[in-house]
Order: sequence, then structure tokens, then C-alpha cells
Amino acid sequence: MFGAGGGTSSYREVENADVILLWGSNAREAHPIFFHHVLKAVHRGAKLFVVDPRRTTSSQWADLWLGLDVGTDIALSNTVAREIIAAGLHHTEFIARGTCGFEEYRASVEEWTLERGEQVTGVPAALISELAHAWGHAKNAQMCWTLGITEHHNAVDNVLSLINLALLGGHVGRPNAGIQPLRGQNNVQGGGDMGAIPNKLTGFQDIEKDAAARARFEGVYGVPIRPRYGFTLTQMFEAMEHGVMKSVWVIGENPAQSEADGQRCRKLLTGLDHLVVSDIVMTATAELADVVFPASAAWCETEGTVTSSERRVQRVRKALDPPVGARDDIAIIAEMAKRLGFDWGDVGAEDLWEELRKLSPMHAGMSWKRLEELGGIPWPCPDESSPGETFLHARLWETDPARRGEPAPFTVLKHAGPVDPITADYPLLMTTGRRLDSYNTGVSTRAYSSPNRADHPLYLSPEDAARLNVSADERVRVSSRRGSIETEVAVDPGLRPGLAFMTLHAPDRADANVLTIDATDPKAGTAEFKATAIRVEKLGAVTAGGK
Amino acid sequence: MSGEPREMTITVDGAPVRVREGATLLEALRAHGVDTPTLCFLENLTPVNACRVCVVELQGARTLVPSCSRKAEEGMVVSTDSERVRHARKLVFELLGSSVDLSNAGPEVARWSARYGADPARFGAPAPAASEGSRDHRHAGHHAAPDPAVAQTVAQPVKVDNDLFVRDYSRCILCYKCVEACGGDAQNTFAITVAGRGFDARISTEFAAPLTDSACVFCGNCIGVCPTGALVFKSEFDLREAGNWREQDQTVTRTVCTYCGVGCNLELHVQDNTIVKVTSPLDHDVTSGHLCIKGRFGFEFVQVRERE
Repeated sequence: MFGAGGGTSSYREVENADVILLWGSNAREAHPIFFHHVLKAVHRGAKLFVVDPRRTTSSQWADLWLGLDVGTDIALSNTVAREIIAAGLHHTEFIARGTCGFEEYRASVEEWTLERGEQVTGVPAALISELAHAWGHAKNAQMCWTLGITEHHNAVDNVLSLINLALLGGHVGRPNAGIQPLRGQNNVQGGGDMGAIPNKLTGFQDIEKDAAARARFEGVYGVPIRPRYGFTLTQMFEAMEHGVMKSVWVIGENPAQSEADGQRCRKLLTGLDHLVVSDIVMTATAELADVVFPASAAWCETEGTVTSSERRVQRVRKALDPPVGARDDIAIIAEMAKRLGFDWGDVGAEDLWEELRKLSPMHAGMSWKRLEELGGIPWPCPDESSPGETFLHARLWETDPARRGEPAPFTVLKHAGPVDPITADYPLLMTTGRRLDSYNTGVSTRAYSSPNRADHPLYLSPEDAARLNVSADERVRVSSRRGSIETEVAVDPGLRPGLAFMTLHAPDRADANVLTIDATDPKAGTAEFKATAIRVEKLGAVTAGGK
Repeated sequence: MSGEPREMTITVDGAPVRVREGATLLEALRAHGVDTPTLCFLENLTPVNACRVCVVELQGARTLVPSCSRKAEEGMVVSTDSERVRHARKLVFELLGSSVDLSNAGPEVARWSARYGADPARFGAPAPAASEGSRDHRHAGHHAAPDPAVAQTVAQPVKVDNDLFVRDYSRCILCYKCVEACGGDAQNTFAITVAGRGFDARISTEFAAPLTDSACVFCGNCIGVCPTGALVFKSEFDLREAGNWREQDQTVTRTVCTYCGVGCNLELHVQDNTIVKVTSPLDHDVTSGHLCIKGRFGFEFVQVRERE
């Protein structure tokens, strides 16, 4: 946020909040141990609000569940904001000192009365009002979100709409208040921190604008760094489509099954001149590859670090010998470099980390030894006397403008519903998500035997199931404008009429991404997995033992 | 931040001991190096005062007090090894040892039993084991008078109703730790509680349903806190049954879970290059020792590669 991408508080601080708002996050299932911290706060008397189209297991713990229509997050946020401002509950002192753009923002949300908000979002006005007043009165509020916010065609705007609310209440830059984007993978935070994003060098240093950073990297790497942004994942697929990108090396990812509009993705991957895949198992993507590098499992067969949602860098360690022939990712990359004429010698995780500390100021104080001794350190950690910061952006509260720096901007945002239209032909809206016992395309979780697994059905509301005259375990045909699959039905009373749900966990049994739409956010390149217009047709034949 | 916590002085076995305000007697005893047995106490759970092996004699108190929950107060005079304390602890270990299989409860329990001279055999030979499920449906007041010639036990067949963990209630001392971890102290799932009264009391799901039909979400946080091996990984159970559980040959490596971005630390217990058990450090401030189903059981995918 405000320059560096990461949650602004530690989990421990969430325990001390008096209002917690989970927006587009089913942390009870997707981030279960984070939810333990939320529950500690709830037991201490904190109020929990959950904004989610589905009445999830997280919302069962909420004081108030706001079941908005899919894709109306900005409308709801703007309505909450208008009510806070109308009731005079916004933090005028913080807004004046630490933010900019408030007047334009205030004017933009003026039209979002409670009545209009209810009309657009489907959330009763009284509930929106209750959330607004709780947020406005909260001493320390925490805002947490996940892919319910970001897997939309307007992902960045959705995130900015939540940041607006945090700024409005002054719930950032103080201990125990903050904003938490909960990360879906064990090192998605670390990947970004390390520069595996198209526009930043390691440590969120801008590759185009930051000449000093480029010079530092050039000094250590001994090669020129081009001041040019790379492609987002979506742009890569576009480049493949236009024949600009002809060779791809996929490391530890399964896009053939994880990408929205999977048929298009597989066509593009097979159309490449050359596809290389490094993975620990033979994934569906690896099946398409010209060359497969068997890799060791980073979390238990190698040494290294990962970074969690609270920005904490922690060590992963080797507990197992990898299977014969499988190699560490670092070794595979170094071997490749050698063949290309760059002999880096025998590099290990610790050598690379010590090099990184010279390049990334926010990691400078994290020696390998300190990471061991302290059991992990949150960034920024500029020098070896720093314990790392548990919360960020305290500067926004400084009275001295010089120390305060750039203010945090409010953003004027327009509501824009899902791209895939709901019509008579495609009358249901299907959203996607995780279940507790499974993970992404199921490559890793399918191997263990979970007694509660139900990772492939199409979940329908009781009302829609009755209307379609289908019952649990019955096979149906599910079609979107892009494709069609057959799968079994499960009935979920947490779904409202018109809303359906699938996971991405069992693509071999029911591939939800045949259905999903590849409508992506132009700023972040994330696809709208959360909103697909579908039609469900009864097949008639009931399968035995559908579970 | 507030300043340093205030300190106070108590007397332990005649010696003055400085204690931080708010500390329990057990914390004070451990900091002072007094080996104090505990069974139902764990740092990440609320003390329930169930087992009574940590009792100490407190001057001026009518009864022995459980050190795990009693807060230290200025000037307290505590005896940890008086005849009364030794006798109480001995009896607890004898009663538990005569009625429960403590063979997998670890070396400390055996050491403490020996230290206090516990003789579980003095209550007679063990009564025959209960038939499968029969203990699960006993009602208070509705049972035959016990046979005084034999020692009653909780022996019964092992419950194996899923592939992840087993429940061997012949080893259960009713310490309540699993109930607390499943409930409000960590997981907040409330799949299990104590059913029945007196010697018929037992840990049970609702209506004694199999775990697979209960509210259980298979996080295994009950296994993580069980002190006697009543709740164990299926992998551990199978290896023990086969006589191939070799703790001395195992390595324990701390790493970070491979799934979501919360950053839970895992301790991988490895025997013969195979993960046989997963725990989390009690003092890790992300997990406090607790995990979810994926973190605790979702490791199999790295091992199936070996067999392919």
C-alpha cells in the first residue's frame, strides 16, 4: 500500500482490534490460522463484519454478514463511505494531515445514499448503515481481503475502494489498526518482494523510474538493466496470441488448469515454439512441455526463505532428500545460466540472500543469522539493529510535513458490474473459491485423503436446485459463453438464489476454468474468476455415490 | 509501551524466588528449576485443573493448590516436595496408571511415576477391555457394580474411522486438552467434548458419531496437544503397530507451510526420508502450535513422487 505492496499490520495486532472487516475473504477456510487470530479478537469482544456474496463459514462467525451481489464492491464501499461522512464519523484530523483528494472523493460518493446502495448491492440499507457506524466509531479497525476483491476485471479499483475506507476512519499507520491483503500462496508476498513482478526490481524499486536502484543492480550483476517494464501474466498470453512471445519457461505453476478460459490458455501454450516447465510433479502444464525439469519441493527439500502476509521473511529448510533426478530451482537456473555463458559457480540460498541484502534496502538488516535467531523478520528492516516493522505507514500521522512525506490519496471510483452479462440464456452467476481441505488446482492436496473433500461439485442455492428440479449428487451440464462441462450438484444454503459456486480444485473431474471468463483488469492483469454467467441443465441420470 | 512488569517475592521450599506479577506458581517453579509434573497443562491452552499432578502445598490454604493455574502472590510460602504433595501426586499416577495405558505417554510420565513410587498394580489385575463402542453409550448411574477383585480400566478397541488420525481411548486420561484445542482455545470447531459422568466420562463427538459424520474439520489440533498418544497420526499408529516407530532415528526440521500465505511454521518429523508426523512450535506467534488440515496432513504429495 502507498508504495510497497504488503499488509500493514501483524496478525497479533488483529487480535487487539475492536472492529474486523473481512471483505471478499473466507479466511475461516482459505487462511484458517489467520482466522484463529480473528477469533481471539472476537472472543475479546471485537465486532466481526463479513462482506461476501456467499454466507461462508467465516460469515457464520460474524456479528453481521453483508451478502452483496457479486461485483458490487465499489458500490457498497462508496455507500459505506457516504454514510460515515454524512454521520460525521470520518477522521477529520487524519484526513487533513495524512491524505489528499478527500473533497473530490466526498463529492463522488454523495450520490451513494443508503437507498441507492441497497438497490445496487442487494444489501439492506440498515446493514450498510450498521457497518458504516461501527467503522466510524471503531478505535482500531482491521480490513482484510482476499481474492473476492482482486479476481475481478476492476481488481485494483476494488482494492482502492477498501483503502478509501481505511483512510476515512484513520485505520492505518497506527498499532492494531490496518489493512491486510491475505496472500493465497506461501510466497506470493515474497515473489513480489523479490522482484517477480513486471515493473519492480527486488524490494519494490521501480525498474523504469529508479535510476539509482538500476545502477546498484548493474554494479552487482555486471550487466545493464533495461529501464523497461515486463509483461503481466495477461500480457504474456496476449503476446503469445500475437506471436511476439514464442518461448516460455513456467516454474512451479500450472496455468493449463489455473488460468481463466482454460481452453484458450492451453491452445496458446501448445502453439509456442518452445515450452519449458520446472515442477515437482507432472502437471497438466508439464504434459504440454517440450522440456520438463524435475524440481525439488521448495518448502521441505531445499534451503531458502519465504515471506508471509504479515511481511515476515522466514526460513524454509531441507527436511527430505528429493527424489533422484529432482534438483533445487536455484541449481536448475544456475545450470541454465551456465549454458548461456554465465558461470555463477556453486550458488546456494544463503549466498543469494546475502547478495539480495546489498540490493534491497528494505531487506538490508536481515542477515541469514538474524533470520535464524529471530525466527523471521518483517520488512522493512534497514539495518541489523532493526527488529523490522510490525505495522507500516506511521509517517502519515507525523505533524512535521517533512517527516510525513507524500500523503495517501483517496481515489474516486466508479461502480462497474461484472463483464459477463446475466441473461435469460445464462441466468445464474457462478463465483469461485477455495475449500478448507484443498488448494488451487489440487495438484498437491489431491494426494492426501481428506474425509471432508467435496472439491468438484457445482454448488447451487436450495431455491435454484428446486427450480431446476435437481438434487444433491445429480449430474448436470454447466455451460457458459466459453464452454461446457458436466459435474455433480451440491446444495448449499449459504448461496442466495441466482448465485452458484465452484472450486478450481479438481480440474480433472470438473474444470471450472472451461467456464470462467478471461476478462482482466488492465492495471493488475488479474482475471475475473469471481463472476461467470452460466446455465445449468438437468441430465436426468443420477450417478451412484456421487461423493 | 508500559514499563517493566512488577516483581514480587515468594518462598519455594524455603528459598526466596522472584516472580513477575501475574505469573502462575508453575511458571515460578519452572523458572526456579523445580521439576514439576504436569499432564493437563499446556502453554497454549487455558488451565483446566483436571489432572492434579502439579499440586503444591500452599501455607494457609486448606487444600493443595494446582500450580498451573494459581497465580503467585506476594509472600506466598510454597512446598513442592512435602509428604502431602508427594502422596497426592503418587496417588494420581497410580490411579491413572492402573486404568489407562500410559505406555506412549513419554519418558517424563514414567520418570515422575517412578519418582513418587507409584504402584498402579496394587489395585489388582486390569478388568477385561470394554467391547467396541460400549463405553460410548454408558449413562450416569446405569451400570453394574464394579468387581473389587480387578482394577477398572478404560481399555477398548482403537477407533479408526479416517485415513488421517486415530483415537485410541485406552490411552485417554481425560485431560481435556483436545476439547480445549478443538474448542474456544484455538480451533473453535467444538466437535468433541466430555460425555458421561465419573469413571464413565469419555471424550465424545455428538452422539458418539464417527469423526467423519461429526463437526470435525480434521485440523489435528487435538493430536498436537494430546499428552498420552491417545490421538495420533495414522502414519504414526501404523508404524507403531508394525513395530517400526523409531523416534531415536527421526529428525525434526522447522520450515514454513507450502500452502496459503499465513506463514505457519511446521516441524516435519522424518523417519527413513518420509514425513511421519507434523507439529508446530507452541511458541511460534503465528500458530501457537495449531495448524489446519492442509498444514498438518497435506504433505503426502511430495512423498508419492518417490513411489512413482
